[in-house]
Order: sequence, then C-alpha cells, then structure tokens
Amino acid sequence: MSETLVAQLPVGAAEPDERAPTDWRTQSMQRRIRQRYAAERRFRLLGLAAVVLSAGFLAVLLVTMVYNGASGFVQTRIALPVDFARAGLVLDPARLRGPGADLALAAAGVEDATDNAAVAAFGKDGATLLSDGAWLSVRAAIKRDPAIMNGRSIVWVPASEAIDSAAKRADSPANEAIVAQLKARGALSTGFNWPFLTASDSNDSTRAGIWGAFKGSLFTMVVTLLIAFPVGVLSALYLEEYAPRNRWTDLIEVSINNLAAVPSIIFGLLGLAVFLGTMGLPRSAPIVGGLTLALMTMPVIVIAGRNAIKGVPPSIRDAALGIGASPVQVVFHHVLPLALPGILTGTIIGMARALGETAPLLMIGMRAFISAPPGRISDPSTVLPVQIFLWSDQIDRGFVEKTSAAIIVLLVFLLAMNGFAIYLRNKFETRW
Amino acid sequence: MGSMEHTVKAFDADIGQLRGLIAQMGGLAEQAIGAAMEALRLHDLEGARRIIDGDKRIDALEMEVEQLAVRIIALRAPLADDLREVVAALKIAGVVERIGDYAKNIAKRVPTIESHGEIEPLSVLPAMSVLAVQMVHDALDAFAARDAAAAEEVCARDRQVDDFYNSLFRVLVTHMMENPKTIGQVAQLLFVAKNLERVGDHATNVAEMVYFSATGTHMAERDRGPNSYLTPTA
Amino acid sequence: MNIPNQPKISAKRVSVYYGAKRAIDDVSLDFDERYVTALIGPSGCGKSTFLRTLNRMNDTVPNARVEGDITLDGEDIYDPSMDVVQLRARVGMVFQKPNPFPKSIFENVAYGPRIHGLAANKTQMAEIVEQSLRRAGLWDEVKDRLSDSGTALSGGQQQRLCIARAIAVDPEVILMDEPCSALDPIATAKIEELIHELNGRYAIVIVTHNMQQAARVSQRTAFFHLGTVVEYGATSDIFTNPRQERTKDYITGRYG
Repeated sequence: MSETLVAQLPVGAAEPDERAPTDWRTQSMQRRIRQRYAAERRFRLLGLAAVVLSAGFLAVLLVTMVYNGASGFVQTRIALPVDFARAGLVLDPARLRGPGADLALAAAGVEDATDNAAVAAFGKDGATLLSDGAWLSVRAAIKRDPAIMNGRSIVWVPASEAIDSAAKRADSPANEAIVAQLKARGALSTGFNWPFLTASDSNDSTRAGIWGAFKGSLFTMVVTLLIAFPVGVLSALYLEEYAPRNRWTDLIEVSINNLAAVPSIIFGLLGLAVFLGTMGLPRSAPIVGGLTLALMTMPVIVIAGRNAIKGVPPSIRDAALGIGASPVQVVFHHVLPLALPGILTGTIIGMARALGETAPLLMIGMRAFISAPPGRISDPSTVLPVQIFLWSDQIDRGFVEKTSAAIIVLLVFLLAMNGFAIYLRNKFETRW
Repeated sequence: MGSMEHTVKAFDADIGQLRGLIAQMGGLAEQAIGAAMEALRLHDLEGARRIIDGDKRIDALEMEVEQLAVRIIALRAPLADDLREVVAALKIAGVVERIGDYAKNIAKRVPTIESHGEIEPLSVLPAMSVLAVQMVHDALDAFAARDAAAAEEVCARDRQVDDFYNSLFRVLVTHMMENPKTIGQVAQLLFVAKNLERVGDHATNVAEMVYFSATGTHMAERDRGPNSYLTPTA
Repeated sequence: MNIPNQPKISAKRVSVYYGAKRAIDDVSLDFDERYVTALIGPSGCGKSTFLRTLNRMNDTVPNARVEGDITLDGEDIYDPSMDVVQLRARVGMVFQKPNPFPKSIFENVAYGPRIHGLAANKTQMAEIVEQSLRRAGLWDEVKDRLSDSGTALSGGQQQRLCIARAIAVDPEVILMDEPCSALDPIATAKIEELIHELNGRYAIVIVTHNMQQAARVSQRTAFFHLGTVVEYGATSDIFTNPRQERTKDYITGRYG
C-alpha cells in the first residue's frame, strides 16, 4: 500500500504544513471521480424525467380536451325543401328591403311555415328532426335573398339534438336509421359549427354558443387590466423608488406578498360585500367581476414589478442622474423601459390566473343563465370558466362535447393573450 | 534613513544591486588611485601595467550600471526618491569611471618618471592622493547612506585639495625654472598632481548628486575660492 | 464673468458622513478651471466619495450627510435654492464602468440636451450631437451608424460615448471616476489623449488608482489618505519630490 501512496516524510524534516503532492491516479481517486460523474448523470436524468412527466400531463390534458371537444365544433344540418310560394307567408317582399324588415319578418309566421315544410318533406315527425331554432335559419335565408319567396328552394337548417348526436356517435337504433335515411337522400351534411362561436347560451345544446361568455370574459379582462396594471405598476414604482425604508414599508411589503397567496374565493366575498353590498354596483356585471379580479391580480403585478425594477442596474440610474435628469425622468425614461419585460411577465401570469378564475365570480353572481351577450360593462354577463362549469352540470349529451369545446376556446384565448404579451415583452427587451 | 521596504520586494533587490555595483566600482577606483601612487613611488612597471589593465573592469561595471538603471526605469517606473536615486547612480557611475581613468593615466606616466626622490616638494603628493581618495570614499559612503550632511562635508574638503594643488603647482614651476634638467619629469608630475586635483573635484560631483538624491534640491553654490589660474604666480 | 484667479470649484472644510461613520474629514481643496486635477490614494480613502460631493450625487445615498462648503463659481451648491438638476448638467460625471443608455448612439448623446431643452429643433440637435461626438474623438468611428445601439460599441468607444454624453449638455466641469480602469491600454491611451484635448475647455477632476496615469494627465494632484488630503500640489512636484512622508511612501510603493 505504501508504494502507491507518496512516501512518508521523516518527522521534523519538513515544515508541519507541507503537503505531499496529490496522486490523482489511485483507485480511491478514480472511484470518487466515477461516483461524481454518476451523480451528474442521475441528476440530469431526474430533471429530464420531471420535464417529460409535466409535458406528459399537459399532453394528456390537451389530447383529452381535443378528443372530447372536437365534435362540439361540428354541426349537423338537414336540407329542408321549402315551397315559399305556397307556404302562406304573410310578407310583402318590398318591405324586406327597408328598415322595417325585422318587424315584418317577425309577424310573418315563418315558424309555422318551417314546421309545415318539415312535415311535408320528412313525414309527420319531420318537425322533430329539426332543431327548435331551425326557423331562424329560414328567416335568415329570406332576409338574405328575398327573391326565394317566389318559388321553392332548399334551406339548410340545423338538426335536432337527437339527430345531431346520432350523426356524430353511436345512438339509439331508431335515430341511426333516420340518419342513414337522410344521408341516403343527400339531405344530411356536417360542417363547422359557426353558431357555437357566435351564439349565446341556450337550453338547447345545438343552439348553445360561447359568444356571450367570451364577450363577458373579454369585458372582464379589459376591466381587470385597466385597473390592475396602472395601479400595480405605479405602486411598484413608488415602493421601489420613492418609499423610505422603514417599518411601515416593510409591513406593506409583507402584506402585498401575503395578498398574492390569498385564496381567490375570499376576493369573491370581498366583492360581494363591498362592490355589490356597500357600493350597490350591478350584480353579475363585468365591471364588478373586473374589480374583484383586479384586486386579486394587483399583488402579482406589484411583486413582479418590484423585482423587475430592482433588476435595473444602478449604473443606468447613475448615468441618468449624472446627466441632470430629475427622478421622475430617470424612472420613466430609463427604469421603466428596462423593467417592462419583467413587469409584462408578471402581468401575463396575473391575467392568465384571472382569466381562469371561477370561484370569486360565482360569488358575485355570474352564475345565472345569461342568454344574450353583454352590451356594456354594466350588463349582466358570464365568463368562460363559469360557462364551462354551468354546462358541465347539464344532463344532455350534447352539452358534454360543448363543455370540452368551450375549454378549447378558453385555452385558445389564453394562448392568444399570452402570445400577445410575450410579443410585447420581446419587443421591449433590450440588452444592456 | 531606514524607510520601509517596497511592497514589491524585487524592486528593493534591484536598487540593492545598483548600489552594490556602485560600491564595487568605487572600491576599485579608490584602489586604483592608491596603487597608481604606489607604483609611481616605487617605479613599479609591472604594477602600473596591472592598473592599466584593471581599468577595463571599471568600464565594464559602468556599462552594467547603465543597463541596470535603464531596466529599473523601464520596469519599475520609479518615483520621488527612488527616481532620484537611480538617476544619481547613473551619473555617479560615469564619474567614478572617469576617476578610474585618472588612475590609469597616472599609471601610464610611471615609466616616464625614473626617480623623483630628489624632487623635494613631491613629498606632499602622497598626502594629496590620500585626501582625494578619502573624499571619494566618503562621497560613496554618503550615497550608500543617502546622507546629505555627509555629502556637504565632502564638498567642503575639496578646498584643501585645491589648496594642495595650487601650492604644489607654484613650487614645481619654481623648481623647473631652477632645475631645467628636470623639466621633463616634473612636467609629468604636474599632470599627476592635476589628475589628483580632478579626482577631488569629481568626488564633489558625486557628493552633489548624493545631496540631490537625498533631498530633492541642489546644493547651494559653494565657494570655490579664487580662481587660481588667473592669479599670477607669486 | 470669471475672475481668472477664482477657483472654479472650491471645497472648504468638507466632511462626509455615512450614518455615524466619517468618510471624509475636513477636506479643503480648490479646483482651477485651467487644470486637470488628479485625486490619488489607496482604496477606501474617500476619493470617490469626495468626487461625488462635487455634483451632489451623494444625495442619492440614503444616510449620507455632507458638512462644509462647496461652491461653484462662488455659489454654494448645497444651498436649498440651488437646482440640483441644473447643477448636474453644469458638473458632468463619467463613471468607472462605461454605462451608455441602452438606446441608439444618437439618442445617448441627445438625451441630455433634450431634457434640458438645449436644442430648438432637429437640426440644432443634430449639430449638438455631432459636435459632442467630435470633441470626444468618436465622430469618425460612428458617424455612419448613429442609430446603432450604444451598447454595441467596444469598451473604449462606450467610455468615449459617455464622455460625449456629458459634453453634450455643455458642462463647466467634468468629473471622472477612474474612467480607464475597465479599459485596455490602447483605449486608455485614447481617453488620456482626449483628456489632454479637453483640458482648458473644461475643468477636469479625475480620480485614479493608477499613479502613472495621474502623472501623465494632470497638472495638479491631491493625495488622499484615510479621508483627508495629505498633500496637494503641482503634479511634477508630488511625483519627483513630495513633501510628506506618507505621500512618498504611497507613490514609491512602500505603502502598507
């Protein structure tokens, strides 16, 4: 053993702190080095496994959603031959071109005419094959081209829930037979479900759309952003640049950090008590939803903003001050532009969280059935997550696919929002 | 003076080496003068030859000093007293080399002077050389010690050497006038005396440089006495 | 109206405290507008702190306190009626690490004149930018790429850009805090040459660790030690025959 190690120095011959030269080639050294490399590999593999697992969860989520929801974007339509000339519509074609067209159409009895046409085409149960809103398509066709009133023409109308369901997946044999029949006659077709994106909520799953909820979400997000962003950014600026460092500012900092972790439903209670109760704002309106979510999002923006501002190097501030810039000029011309990427990141995180929040909005009343999209921010509305929640409660088979389809729409909205914010962040990112 | 050492020890080593070379040169030059006077007294031709050869050593040392000084200035960027010391060392080396040349000059005259035992006034010559050599020695000591006061004191002694020379000059000229046969040899001896007087002057040059190196100011113009060459021999 | 012999900046009995700690102790110095004055001394002796009192940059440090009088052309710069923003335009500063704004070269130089309203229109602004870049010796190198980012330049060019930026607001004094310590020898030489050219037009005060640099660029030198001025005089005197033992020990490398 002593041959492989360095020979012992005689005692007293060298200074006590003299070290023998290290022999890097001994067995124990080599083993130690191998162990170290093995630890490196293990760690890398662990990291990779973690990433793969997370990606896997995400993939499973997306695939499930797309699989379930894809059919929600598909609408089954039936070709309805309508003999307008003999339908007995009380309508003067000339009036259709003027401003009173809608009024005239409303009184024309289009609904009955549609039912009659269905019975005439498909038998006594013909009306049940069509959706309850089929007459709306007929009406729209008349409005588009009043000339069709002179003769017969085919109008594509949405099918009923049962037929729609039977066309997309396996259903009761009777329905399936009807579907096969219609297909054989060339009277059945499937196409993209535009009404899903343009219509509002409905009890009929074939007529249900997410536009109302989408618009509600949009309004709510706008209100949230308009309140949370300026307040958050200015608070962060004040706390970082101007506030003195004492016990009070420490207290504020701790409070804001804790506020960011408060469960969102508490903000809902706050909204209920203050905005609806004390201030008497309209229930279920985007303005109230926006205010509530703004309260929730602001701490996130303040925290991200403060970190971003702290990250601006003092040399830039010194340079600006040295040139004779006033403190406000230093902040707005130099600090803020450089901190903007970080602030935008915080905003993205906050807004993405706000977009998906359901509990606080339920508390302020956004759980009612709203059949028309909001016109102003004070109109009652609902938001996408709440809509999804409501539809998931429904029994009809048709709503299952609509729920997943709505989730896809929500995800797309989120992606678009994030994408835009990331674009903005990259645009403002400068290297120093 | 005992100021602290430089933080970079190699700087101290360089300065030490410089001083060592100057001391070496000085020692050789002093020896050469003394040996030359001895050779003169004993009419030692072999000794004279050795002194003439030995002068090469002093010249070589001067070149070494020059190289080292330039190197120190380039590499160490000396300032304040370090700078003055290096510049002084450079100049002193030149002066000491000239002192060595005077020794060689004296040695060269040894063959021409066969005996001067009969020339009476020459008995002061050894004393004059001792004085001059002592001045050189003390000036170089002052350099080593960076002692401005010692340097001033050396300068004061030059007066004596000058006086020696002046009186010797008068006496020898008188002797030549009285003993024309000895003119040849006495003339040589006059040159020897002159060389010794010059050695004394150079010693004061060294002392002046030492003073400047130590204090940073120049010595006051000293009183050199009457300019003897212009006064008629009395 | 300048009386030729009145110093441009005059500091009398200045002390600077960071909290309870005294960083500068009773310093009195006059800075003549014709000269480059160098402040030398070991690390932590207060040279940079003192420099920053001359343009009130210490105001940004929370617990810094300045006592004593500092006057610019006779006006007390710590008087409450003195506009600190204007002061910093009149007394410009160049920092140790080049710190151009992350904007274009043109914008870097134009920012100062813009916020102080020194240019009436675009043409004037372009003239000011060109003149400043010329004076900083950078014009020829960047005139074709004024819209490139200031941070894309080399270290030496960035520092000259910072000098141009300081010059653009037409200062009377330029303070330099170790401007070359982050630069290579060639860039350093260019900056020193630039200081030489600026000498006479602006009063310059330069803090430097490098004694050879202080010897090369300045006409007056002050040696700081432990927060006080040990010696202040003509540069050639300080470096060939300093009067104080401490000064001599420092400059010959016998310090510590």
